[in-house]
Amino acid sequence: MAILKKEEAQVLLKKVLGFSKADECAVRLGGREGGNIRYARNAVSTAGDMSTLELTVLSTFGKRTGTTTINEFDDASLEKAVRRSEELAQLAPEDPEYMPLLGPQTYRESVTYVPATAAITPDTRAEAVARSIQVSKEEKLEAAGFLENSTTFDAIMNSKGLFAYNTDTDVIFSITTRNQAGTGSGYAARGFNDITKLDTYTATKIAASKANGSADAKAIEPGKYTVILEPVAAAYMMENMFRALDARSADEGRSFMSKPGGGNRLGEQLMDEKVTIYSDPFHPELPVSTWNNDGAPLEKMSWIEKGKVKNLAYSRFWAQKKAVKYVPGPSNIIMEGGNASLEELIASTERGILVSRLWYIRMVDPQTLLLTGLTRDGTFYIENGVIKHPIKNFRFNESPVIMLNNVEALGKPERTISVESYRSYLIPPMKLRDFTFTSLSDAV
Amino acid sequence: MNRKDFLQLSAMSFGALMVPKSLFAGNDIDPAHALVGGMDVAMKKQLADLALNAARAKGATYADVRIGRYLNQFILTREKRVQSISNTESFGVGIRVIANGSWGFAASNNVTREGIIKTAERAVAVAKANAKIMTEPVQLAPQKGYGDVNWKTPIQQNAFSVPVKDKVDLLLQVNDIAMLGGANFVNSAIMGVNEQKFFASTDGSYIDQDIHRLYPFFVVTKIDKASGKFETRRSLSSPVGMGFEYLTPTADNKVAGVVTRYKNRYDILEDVKNATADVTQKIKAKSVEPGKYDLVLDPSHLWLTIHESVAHPTELDRVLGYEANYAGTSFLTLDKWRSGNFQFGSKLVNIVADKLQPGSLGAVGYDDEGVKCKEWDIIKDGVLVNYQAIRDQAHIIGLKESQGCCYAQSWEDVQFQRMPNISLKPGKDPLSVDDMIKNVEKGIYIVGDGSFSIDQQRYNFQFGGQLFYEIKNGKIAGMLKDVAYQANTREFWNSCTAIADKSDYRLGGAFNDGKGQPGQSNAVSHGSSTTRFNGVNVINTARKI
Repeated sequence: MAILKKEEAQVLLKKVLGFSKADECAVRLGGREGGNIRYARNAVSTAGDMSTLELTVLSTFGKRTGTTTINEFDDASLEKAVRRSEELAQLAPEDPEYMPLLGPQTYRESVTYVPATAAITPDTRAEAVARSIQVSKEEKLEAAGFLENSTTFDAIMNSKGLFAYNTDTDVIFSITTRNQAGTGSGYAARGFNDITKLDTYTATKIAASKANGSADAKAIEPGKYTVILEPVAAAYMMENMFRALDARSADEGRSFMSKPGGGNRLGEQLMDEKVTIYSDPFHPELPVSTWNNDGAPLEKMSWIEKGKVKNLAYSRFWAQKKAVKYVPGPSNIIMEGGNASLEELIASTERGILVSRLWYIRMVDPQTLLLTGLTRDGTFYIENGVIKHPIKNFRFNESPVIMLNNVEALGKPERTISVESYRSYLIPPMKLRDFTFTSLSDAV
Repeated sequence: MNRKDFLQLSAMSFGALMVPKSLFAGNDIDPAHALVGGMDVAMKKQLADLALNAARAKGATYADVRIGRYLNQFILTREKRVQSISNTESFGVGIRVIANGSWGFAASNNVTREGIIKTAERAVAVAKANAKIMTEPVQLAPQKGYGDVNWKTPIQQNAFSVPVKDKVDLLLQVNDIAMLGGANFVNSAIMGVNEQKFFASTDGSYIDQDIHRLYPFFVVTKIDKASGKFETRRSLSSPVGMGFEYLTPTADNKVAGVVTRYKNRYDILEDVKNATADVTQKIKAKSVEPGKYDLVLDPSHLWLTIHESVAHPTELDRVLGYEANYAGTSFLTLDKWRSGNFQFGSKLVNIVADKLQPGSLGAVGYDDEGVKCKEWDIIKDGVLVNYQAIRDQAHIIGLKESQGCCYAQSWEDVQFQRMPNISLKPGKDPLSVDDMIKNVEKGIYIVGDGSFSIDQQRYNFQFGGQLFYEIKNGKIAGMLKDVAYQANTREFWNSCTAIADKSDYRLGGAFNDGKGQPGQSNAVSHGSSTTRFNGVNVINTARKI
């Protein structure tokens, strides 16, 4: 069994710490159980089941640190792991940025573990996929999809008395349906802690309607357009920006948050007033662990408030160097929106483009966060509040910072996943003016 | 780790370095432990036989076993600081079977008699569960057993035998050169991989392989405080299928020109000095005027364009739709191949697939389903003639045997179709880079790879680079910045008008090419000589925020 209960983890970690002779010692125990199933051409292609349990020991003498990982748990192995990490620490170079371990902390709990998800079996996965394939066959489409579930636990303890434990369940599902002629394609992606919220039948229906609706797309000229990004497209577009909410890179002058002449842009109005982005590990729609790798407790934290940069993450080292408060990086990302549905955003649009999904987004220029990528799996032309016809896919070159200055309206936030990192976000659909498409793509 | 994460790491665009956990997959070990041999081959053979018999006893009609020991060493530094030294080992077994016509796979790190039998039985159970919703049974191309054979990357110096201190000292020396030269920041790293893998199958093969890869690289950053602008220049090194000898430069492996490039061996100390000068020049460089240009692409840049626009669309699993939900499909559909006259590129364009080139990342003796590696044509005189296939796909394109393109990133991942080395053949007639540039009226000479993006069927792409030089009336007229080119794959390859001869041929490559769900990483090289493409659309990427 790879998932240990809090008390079991505590007993094991205490035993490991008991072997330590180092100045400081931190131990981490992590377990994961889960499986996946992959399908294509309306049939299962691969499937697997996995289970791992791993212990990491970090020993420090002065500013020298060594790490060992093992997956054997008899006393002799545990002691050997501690000795090995101590030997490695003695050999390591001094780390001028070493920060002493944190002492005991108090954490509030967040409900990240759902028993129903932990109970998923290979049969549950096969049945969920069978429902998806059924839709695809009914609609005379070809389905390719992926479903993965995991139950994990993570526990840390250190020689200064800190102990933290969290257990989490997760399920992700994504589906692409294509018509037989290869002229239409649709997509849907879902991610939840709770499997009972996952409906592979309905998700595949949505993908199918996009596949059928996007067939025989017309080409329109590239240029600047008002766009409506569905949450799955918006999340992927903004992911690079979330990663760069870091004070050190800004202070060093190599981030979009750097200020000409030195320093960072904390407090500046960088985006439209409608933009408010924060983290909250206790959010019922997006619960995450309430502590990070340092063992620091995580609370609600505002990053962008009404378009102003409210906070940047400061590592413990950088906070000490700059004599400011330590600000842990985002625990999750939640963006506020309005009450409008996607349909209402479409209805309010005189002329624009509905973007179902974005693809292959890469950084072109980190100083402006200029990104390039393409639309995919359902791009539609909107005229006088209705979808007129599907259009051919575009390549874009756009910065999320520029994009978030051009907000016309935000819809109701919903939980979505990044199509590349599979991280979950709470993001609204967004209507944006002057989104820059630079060329056409023949891809379907 | 997917390629994006890896590039984020190697581009080091953020001061706070994000190191993906999967980069350090495996248990942390003492570096000396990496040099101690793993499990004895005779023992692996015994255990493999046990697995094959257990699978057959449960009803498998085919089975293969991979017992793998995967060693990684990563050393990351910035300026005067060692950020991370990681030595990892991962050991376990992966068993793949066909039962009731379906594939099943299971893996375990419990490589004991009991563990291996249980894993084989689990693989058969998965296959039988999948068979219930199967549409077509697996058709496996016949493969003869090779008996007991082995293969080893022909390295001269095992990178794992070089003391960690020597590597750290080298990287800190690299950093010192950059900082003394006026850089604001520098990151540098050496990554080493050693795959010790034993493969056995019910076809009668027992294949023991020892595979080595190395990737040294750095990024130099220069900041213009007043304007708040910054520029970076990445090393012109390549990841290679070599030992530490790659870092022992020789004069005959340097390619002189507007910037020194490297072939087979790499001079990291010289390149960082050049990079520091380049990045200073880059800050002051002229911003490109958008428009049509003739592009002269150095192999250190062109490898990535080949990778994205030729290698990925000729993967047969993409063509068939197996990657539709993630990486995408391909515009090179079977009807185009069947026609026998689909002009992918100009007549100069000859693309070969291989897993043989010495020093390449793809070079192995046998693939991960026991097929001996070879070379074959993909594009011949501009026409699409073949794909990249594995055993269960060979029949689809009328092949009697697999092309040996099966790979798994570790023992715990199931093997599937991954690209071999895919390379552009050099020009047949003598042609130097200088002579090629002489004939360009308005062009850009691009060295090193940069930003990259391509659509899910591989039609429309956009690439950046490291260094851009304006060509005016046959001469290099200075450095440019903010350059990216956009094109349609087929139009681009049909605009190929000149390829330098074999004396300019060099390999570039991807250390971590991502594909599949769950994602797996593959290492692959792409060779070429400097090549010219006429009339390509160039955009200016400068923006204000």
